[in-house]
Amino acid sequence: MSAVDTATTRVTGPAGAHRAAAKPRRAAWARRAPLLPALVFLIVITQLPFVATLIISFMNWNALYPDQIHFTGVANYRTVLTDSLLRASIVTTVELTVAVVLISLLLGLLLALLLDRVFVGRGLVRTMLIAPFLVVPVAAALLWKHALYNPVYGLFNGLLTVVWKAFGSDNPPQPDWITNMPKGSIIAELVWQWTPFMMLILLAGLQSRPAEAMEAATVDGAGPWQTFRYLTLPHLRRYLELGALLGSIYVVQNFDSVFTITSGGLGTANLPYTIYQTFYQAHDYGRASAAGVVVVIATIIIATFALRVVSSLFREEAKR
Amino acid sequence: MTPKRFRRSNLVWGLVAWLVGILFFIPVLWMVLTSFHSEADAATNPPKFTAPLTLAGYKEFFGATTGASPWPPLINSATASIGSTILVLLLAIPAAYALAIKPVRKWTDVLFFFLSTKMLPVVAALLPIYLIAQKLGLLDNINLMVILYCAMNLPIAVWMMHSFLAEVPVAILEAAAIDGARLPTIIRKVIVPISAPGIAATALICFIFAWNEMLYARVLTGVVAGTAPVFLTSFITSQGLFLAKVCAAATAISLPVLIAGFAAQDKLVQGLSLGAVK
Repeated sequence: MSAVDTATTRVTGPAGAHRAAAKPRRAAWARRAPLLPALVFLIVITQLPFVATLIISFMNWNALYPDQIHFTGVANYRTVLTDSLLRASIVTTVELTVAVVLISLLLGLLLALLLDRVFVGRGLVRTMLIAPFLVVPVAAALLWKHALYNPVYGLFNGLLTVVWKAFGSDNPPQPDWITNMPKGSIIAELVWQWTPFMMLILLAGLQSRPAEAMEAATVDGAGPWQTFRYLTLPHLRRYLELGALLGSIYVVQNFDSVFTITSGGLGTANLPYTIYQTFYQAHDYGRASAAGVVVVIATIIIATFALRVVSSLFREEAKR
Repeated sequence: MTPKRFRRSNLVWGLVAWLVGILFFIPVLWMVLTSFHSEADAATNPPKFTAPLTLAGYKEFFGATTGASPWPPLINSATASIGSTILVLLLAIPAAYALAIKPVRKWTDVLFFFLSTKMLPVVAALLPIYLIAQKLGLLDNINLMVILYCAMNLPIAVWMMHSFLAEVPVAILEAAAIDGARLPTIIRKVIVPISAPGIAATALICFIFAWNEMLYARVLTGVVAGTAPVFLTSFITSQGLFLAKVCAAATAISLPVLIAGFAAQDKLVQGLSLGAVK
């Protein structure tokens, strides 16, 4: 983040114009003026608090012991980096994000290919498919936990009972979904919410394929697989990358599902949840801040790569 | 492919699409159906699909026994979502103008700076925001949520508005400038009308994300400024059955987003792709 900060200062600062005449300088500021309110607002609200996080991370500050607040150097970082819980939550965050983004991207691609065809009621099917994305995330998590996963009266086990009864068995399997596969339960719920998102982006990508090229491929005798592999997939690359990036930004920060479905138990605590807990329940401000800084550094590393991908993506668009 | 085979394969894939569509829709359908069941019928195994319908769950949502009205949290959510969306547009449209129409030097760097702040995890800034809000007496104040949701959505809004404004024909802007129109007038009379669909898409996405947000709301609001998602979690009780009323509350709180999203599906696509899809 700070690396990007300096880039901005370069842009909004006097940009080496001090020796230039007053007129172009004024013109440059006139250009910048409409940008400034948004930029200043964003820096004040999202960047300055981070500076505070950085300072607090070097302090011993537990809200339960207000008379013992003092600077402790890197002690919090030592605790954080050796804390097995936090390390576990880093792994969990990566697992959840990668699984959710990849599975929903793949499912979204399949659904987009289906919806790209002409059939009766296509609009209605699209509407049904969008619905999961439009359920408020907390509501979706509650719905899955209580109405679907519940081992006693959830819909999944209810349907198992119905199916087993249909075959004359009185002894249907009634798994406790969340206890048996806590991470899988969270992943399934998030995949259900994010697949429509991926599907919408990829469907828009499919529908922007150049019609002439597709026709030419058919005329030249290319089979459906060849057309997909050599025409559709390269064209969809930008859309796949965009979906993956945006999906990652949101899934990495997921709090609602972990908080609702497992309350971070059974090894599902991801970083946002762990930091929330350190801060909200343990009241250890110093440690929570140090953990926050670690997260931010990790995010910067990942984001640098991700941003490089997007920038190449949008440069391609600019060339069109 | 012969026309006949073509038609048959279309029929098969159409059926598959219908099947998958219904599969994805079942949880939503189940949520709505359960919300109209009595608590006893909601908690059965095997499920009672044809149980008599009742409004009891919704009566509970409106505070029949607890006396807790859902209106204050709903109004808080509406205030935070609509207020922050308006603020976002007021900040993002001029910013996008300076990035797309009369770009500042190194405008791509600025654009990427906006997006990079979106990658900063919300939790990392949560504690200082909490402490500052505490100092300023802004805890449990809905205006704080308006500001935070605005900051949360601003990077996305700037990206979207940038790609929508890049479509505005330069000739029209030049003509307006020659006629002596100043920037606020140009924005109001030329840019906003032309890019109205893009602005609508931006507003829709910002509204949805603000309406859905829970982490900030959970930590920074309480009895007075609590929003609908926080209120929703209060329906979980450790005693007695609660499935029907939770489903009723979940349906009611998701309804504004469902309606807005269904009504503006194209806008949704435009917005979700940050304006990369027109």
